[in-house]
Order: sequence, then C-alpha cells, then structure tokens
Amino acid sequence: MSSPITPEQGSGQLTQSRIDQPVDPLADPVPGHIGGQMYDQISSQDAEKTNGLDVEEERRARQARIVSIARWALPSLLLVILVGSWQAYVTLAEVPHYILPSPVRIAQTLVQDWGILWPALLATARLTFLALLFAIIGGLLLAVAFTQSKWAELAMFPYAVILQVTPVVAIAPLLQIYVDSAFVAALLCAWLVAFFPILANTTIGLKSADHNLRDLFRIYGASRWQTLRLLTGPSALPFFLGGLKIAGGLALIGAVVAEFVIGRAGTGLGLASTLLEASYRFNFGRLYAALILISLMGVAIFGLMSLISYLLLFRWHESALKRES
Amino acid sequence: MTSSAREPLGQRPELLRMSRIGKTFGGQVVALNDLSLSVQQGDFISLLGPSGCGKSTALRLIANLIQPTAGSIEWQGGQGEGDLGVVFQEPTLMPWARVKDNVWLPFRLRGQSYSSVADKIERALSLVGLQDFKDAFPRELSGGMKMRVSIARALVTRPRLILMDEPFAALDEITRHKLNNDLLSLRESIGCTVIFVTHSVFESVFLSDRIVVMAASPGRVVGELTVDAPYPRSDAFRTSAEYAASASEASAMLVRAMEHAA
Ligand SMILES: Nc1ncnc2c1ncn2[C@@H]1O[C@H](COP(=O)(O)OP(=O)(O)OP(=O)(O)O)[C@@H](O)[C@H]1O
Ligand SMILES: [Mg+2]
Repeated sequence: MSSPITPEQGSGQLTQSRIDQPVDPLADPVPGHIGGQMYDQISSQDAEKTNGLDVEEERRARQARIVSIARWALPSLLLVILVGSWQAYVTLAEVPHYILPSPVRIAQTLVQDWGILWPALLATARLTFLALLFAIIGGLLLAVAFTQSKWAELAMFPYAVILQVTPVVAIAPLLQIYVDSAFVAALLCAWLVAFFPILANTTIGLKSADHNLRDLFRIYGASRWQTLRLLTGPSALPFFLGGLKIAGGLALIGAVVAEFVIGRAGTGLGLASTLLEASYRFNFGRLYAALILISLMGVAIFGLMSLISYLLLFRWHESALKRES
Repeated sequence: MTSSAREPLGQRPELLRMSRIGKTFGGQVVALNDLSLSVQQGDFISLLGPSGCGKSTALRLIANLIQPTAGSIEWQGGQGEGDLGVVFQEPTLMPWARVKDNVWLPFRLRGQSYSSVADKIERALSLVGLQDFKDAFPRELSGGMKMRVSIARALVTRPRLILMDEPFAALDEITRHKLNNDLLSLRESIGCTVIFVTHSVFESVFLSDRIVVMAASPGRVVGELTVDAPYPRSDAFRTSAEYAASASEASAMLVRAMEHAA
C-alpha cells in the first residue's frame, strides 16, 4: 500500500527542485535561460569574494540607469542642437520665411493656424482610424477564411497580393472616378494599404499553433470553433499585433496619399491636403506645421499600437518579457 | 487501486488490443510492420527502441490521430470520453493560459464549466505538487514543473490509459529521477494504465512491469521483458541486484534489436 503525494510533500519537492536546478552545472538548462543563469552564478560568486558586496550587480544597475536616462536625454539634446542651429542660421543669414521658415515662426503658425490645423488633424485621424478598423476586420475575416478553407486561400490569395503590390498612388485616381463619395474613395485607398500586413501576419499566426497542442485538441474532440477560439486564435495574437503595428503606420500613409490624390477634388480637409495647399501658396510655415502634426500622429499611432500589444502580451509572450541581464 | 489489488501480470483484464498493425507513410516509409500488443488494465508498458522504430507512430495510432494501414486497434468496451490522456516530450502547455486553465482544457473542450470541475483540477494539481501554482503562467515555471502540469492535465479526467512519449527526455537527470518516482506514486494513487515511450533502459526498468523492445526499418516488436519487482518502487530499487539484472537484460535486447536493423 502506498499513499498519494500529500500536498506538503509535493511542495517540498518542488522547492527543492527549484533550488537544485541552477546549482547543478550538468543540468540541461531551460532553453532561453542559459545566458541569464550562468551569468548570475558567476556574478554571485564574484560578489562573495569582495566581502559580500555585489560590485558586478551594482555596476550593471548603474549602467542600466544611465542607458534609461540617455534614451530620452540624447535625442532631446540632439533636437535642441538641430533646432537651435536652424534658428540661428535663419536669423543670421536672414533667410526669407517663404524659403525656410524659422522654428519660432513654425511654432507661431501652429498656434495661429490652430483653427485650421486642428480640424484637419481630426479629419486625417478619422480617415486613418476608420481605414485601420476596416483593415483589421477585413484582414482578420480573410485570414480566418484562408485557414479554414484551403480553397478560399487558393482562390483569393493571389488577388490579395496583387492588391498589395500595386502602388496605391496608381489606384487612387481610378477610385476617384468610380466612387462617388470622395471620403469613401479615400477610405478605400487607405484600407488597401493597411489590410495586407494584417492578413498576411494573421494567416501565418493561425497556422503556427504548436502541432502537439493541435493533436491534443483533436484527441479531446475539439470543434473547429473551439480550436480557433482556444488554440489557433491565441497563437496568432502576437503575429496579428505585429501586423497591426505595421498597418497603423501604413493606414496613415494611405490616408495621406489619398488626400494628396483625391482630397484635392474639393473635399480636401485633412492635414495632407492642408499641407499641399500651403505649398501652392508658399505658406511654408503652415506646411511645416502640418508636416510636424502628421509625424506626431504617426508616432502616436505607433505608440498606441505598441501599448495595445504590450497590454495583451506582457503576461505570457516572450516578446513582452523583461529579463534581468 | 493499489499495487496489491493488481492482478499478476498477464492475468489482468484486457484494456486494448493492437492486432497485426501495419503503418506505411506515403506508400513507401514502413513505420510499423505487423505489430501486435495486448495492453492490460494496470500495466505499465515501456516501449523501448532506437530512434525511428515507430514508437511515436504506435502512440499516435492508439490516440486515433492516424489510421493504421493494416490491422486494427480495439478497446475493450469501446473508448469513452476522457479515457485517454497524453503527455508529449515537450510540456505542450498553452503559454497564454494559467496553469489551472491548462489543466481545465480536457473538460473545457467537452463543454464543462470551470466551477463544475474545480475540485478535480485542484486535486490533479495537488497530486503533482503544484497546488500553489495554479494561477501562474507556464513561463513562470521550471521545465520540471511544466512537465508536472502536463501530467496533471493528462490525468485530470481519470483516463483509463495514459500515453507518454519520452516525457522526461528533455529534463536533467536529477529532475528526471524525481519525476519518475512521483509518476509511480501517482499511478499507485489513481491506478491507470500507462504506455511510456523512452530511449533510456534505466528509466524503462525503473518504471515499468513490461518492457516492449522494438527495432527499426521496418518498425516492429522484437521482444518483451517483464520486470517483476513489486510496486511501489523506491530509490532503493535503483541500487538492487534485480534492477541491474533487468537493465542488462534490456540492454542486451536493445543491442540485438539494433543489430537486426543493421
Ligand atoms: N507523418 C509522417 N510522414 C512520413 N513519415 C513518417 C511520419 N511520421 C513518422 N514517419 C516515419 O516513420 C518512422 C517512425 O517514426 P516515429 O516518429 O514513430 O519513430 P520513433 O520511434 O518515435 O523515433 P524517436 O525515438 O526518434 O522519436 C520514421 O522513419 C519516420 O521518418
Ligand atoms: Mg518519437
């Protein structure tokens, strides 16, 4: 007769095995941990030699602190230098503002023209986010269709590729002709650019689920829907989010291109058409102001996508893992 | 069920019979040829053989993941839901799910809510000594602990048969010994039948009462060896004369199996 492992015994063994492992130099290291573990061991031995003061550890911490400050300080410093010399050059060389406006002048324009720039920003943002939203919906639906049905993929994938590789600038005028609403045409244009990375990434993601887990799902008689929801969907999430980061940037590019090509036809309200118009009028202050806002919007979109990605993955995915070392 | 309640080897009621199984991949690779095996309730069978001799293929056939080219597999009284548990060489956990949700999976796929099986999940986790880690994510666990979760998931439905395909091959020697011991205690407490694939003669002798030795090209059974030492087996068994004798016998059979193939 024997008894099952009692909880106390069980956890005792565990604690022990956790302590044992790193000490055993012959132990197979857990993949991905090798560098960290060995480094930790060496540094802790060094520490004992120097009267228990962990010099190595402290040096590393200091290094990390310096890097984290430099990450902000260096680009800011560079910005100040660049903008400063720009301002100095324009002032000293007396460059006329319709050739190169000074940073101060651009800042003034930003404030003075805010009444024009802000609605333009909203319009471009609306176009970008709507395009991104439809890209997500379309990309996801198509990716699921592709992985559920071999035939759907065989039939449609070439066209998805063709749509992707044809430059959107070349399609935009056509859209303008055939689609009555300029807004819808612009939306289609931005959507075309943004949806492919989502489709391509999600398709690969859905196919990348661990094959042993797939077998396990089959053994337990999982339905297609259960497999999609509990296995292939979550496996595809990191891939989808990678595609989303790219698509966010592309949606903005698509929106800008659409405004350049289509927006000119009277409905031009967005930042890009404002920029274009300013360039015709040699209003370079406003041109730069619009350009800066477009860039800032791109950065904001990237930041937002990165944040979403982090929030969804940080608990479990390697990409969002912070390792000490 | 405990060891004393188990019938002597060969007199146990049959659980599963594989008759003259053949499996050919793509019309050319003969992975298994004429394999027959009677699995009886309470057996701990090790499949021991060189790489490529069709051990994994045999398990996949039993799990109904692939169909045999020839022969048949019959479960006594048919195979019911949750009669089968599987442990792979890798822990094969869903990295996005907490430990308890990984163990919930077999029930979840049958449409059973967490709360309706929470006590079974808790019990399975405490059997493998992980009751304090049920809210952890797999990446927070060591390799051995992940394997324990995988085992808990395999046994949570109280299957009649558990298939294990080199489950401890990727672990270090110390962890492997520990898990071997724990696996035996586990089995004493839940009394399931196990088919265990391994490359290690010592592991097979320590764990099993039947060792089926296989040879490659084509994959087939070349002999069977019984290890009569009673369960429960402890570390003392590892140093016994009986253990050494069985290990050398199994090694000799394995050497002969390799010669057959050459
Ligand atoms: N899906 C498949 N398609 C084609 N050939 C296969 C497939 N699965 C296995 N085989 C072949 O069948 C033979 C047996 O493979 P199997 O994986 O069962 O061996 P194994 O005994 O488990 O080996 P190992 O100990 O290395 O895991 C091998 O020659 C292998 O190449
Ligand atoms: Mg194998």
